Amino acid sequence: MAKTIESFGIPCVHICSIVPISEAVGANRILPATAIPYPTGDPNLPKDEEFKLRKKMVLRALNTLTVDIQKQTVF
Amino acid sequence: MKKIVHYLNQFYGQLGGEEKADLKPILKEGPVGPGMALAEVLGQEAAIAATVICGDNYFADHQDEALAEILDMIAPYEPDMVIAGPGFNAGRYGLACGAVCSAAKEKFHIPVLTALYPENPGAEMYHKPVYILKTAISATGMRKIIPVMGKFALKLLKGEEVGFPEEEGYIPQGYRVNVHTVQNGAERGVDMLVKKLRGEHFVTELPMPVFDRVPPAPPVKDLTKAKIAMVTSGGIVPKGNPDHIESANASRYGIYDITGLDDLTGDAFMTVHGGYDPVYATEDPDRVLPLDAMRQIEKEGGIGELYNYYYATVGNTTAVSSAKKFATEIAQDMLRKGIQAAILTSN
Repeated sequence: MAKTIESFGIPCVHICSIVPISEAVGANRILPATAIPYPTGDPNLPKDEEFKLRKKMVLRALNTLTVDIQKQTVF
Repeated sequence: MKKIVHYLNQFYGQLGGEEKADLKPILKEGPVGPGMALAEVLGQEAAIAATVICGDNYFADHQDEALAEILDMIAPYEPDMVIAGPGFNAGRYGLACGAVCSAAKEKFHIPVLTALYPENPGAEMYHKPVYILKTAISATGMRKIIPVMGKFALKLLKGEEVGFPEEEGYIPQGYRVNVHTVQNGAERGVDMLVKKLRGEHFVTELPMPVFDRVPPAPPVKDLTKAKIAMVTSGGIVPKGNPDHIESANASRYGIYDITGLDDLTGDAFMTVHGGYDPVYATEDPDRVLPLDAMRQIEKEGGIGELYNYYYATVGNTTAVSSAKKFATEIAQDMLRKGIQAAILTSN
């Protein structure tokens, strides 16, 4: 889906747990997630730290949308 | 001698071209057109007792009636087999060949056979229930395919064992068959690996799908002015799953309103993705669709605007072709809504 959205000229970052799958299928901007059941979270952390982690990940993801890449990139 | 009924369209049935495409089914005794060449290959072992000819448009526009009429014409012959085509790459004809064979197989419980170019939509639709021999793209391949069709038809008529698609020349049906091999899987695997390491030729037992690549889109110039949307394949949907998105092999996606929402909670949202432990997402759906973080970043001015709807589907064993279809519609919607970039979360 990330690849298709990007093909319409809309940069799309894929936050995903299983990076090799995203790489194989061909997303251009890939950001590794925490884990399969909680890609943008971490239940092992106290709530406020979990939120900080999530926000940091989302900021990194947003940043990838501003990078001029020439090929598939895992950030 | 075995009896075959042959199905042809108006053109191969020698009744005319496009101008005759509305012809209702007609029955003729004996072989017609390519059926004559086929009859020669069949020799003394089988004969084409009759030929049913139908216009491609009539079939396409009245499939149910056409099939009923055609099967009624075939029935009195009590044939041992029905053959259709070859249809090469002709779309309407290919669909008719596949449909006639499939229906005849179901109704009369006899072997059926057709021959199409692999990219013919009829091949795509019917290659599983029907043996479809692979042809060239156009009728220039007629001379080559007729003997193949004839020999394969005789094989089916005699109930002989059908070999693998590669040997016999039919489109793979996706069936897995157990076979005995001399070497076990471990030995074959190691042999393959050794060959690969030595740079020697080896044949894979399972071809991997090849995915295309798209050129990266131009980056967002200024995030602080950009309209960003969220997408997820993690199956986060409003509680109750109003669009009934399936927990695996999703056939649809949803677009959900998050206007004024700063946080996803377990009493308003849920996950319907059947491929991961839902406990954590149920406690806090932001762990899969990070709305709370996005809203805070939006409030702080980190992005221009978060689009007030998010797109969701379930990625669990969902076909790549489905995902492509959803994403195409989603991207078109994004373009209409002036969305400049997107974040997709997956498990």
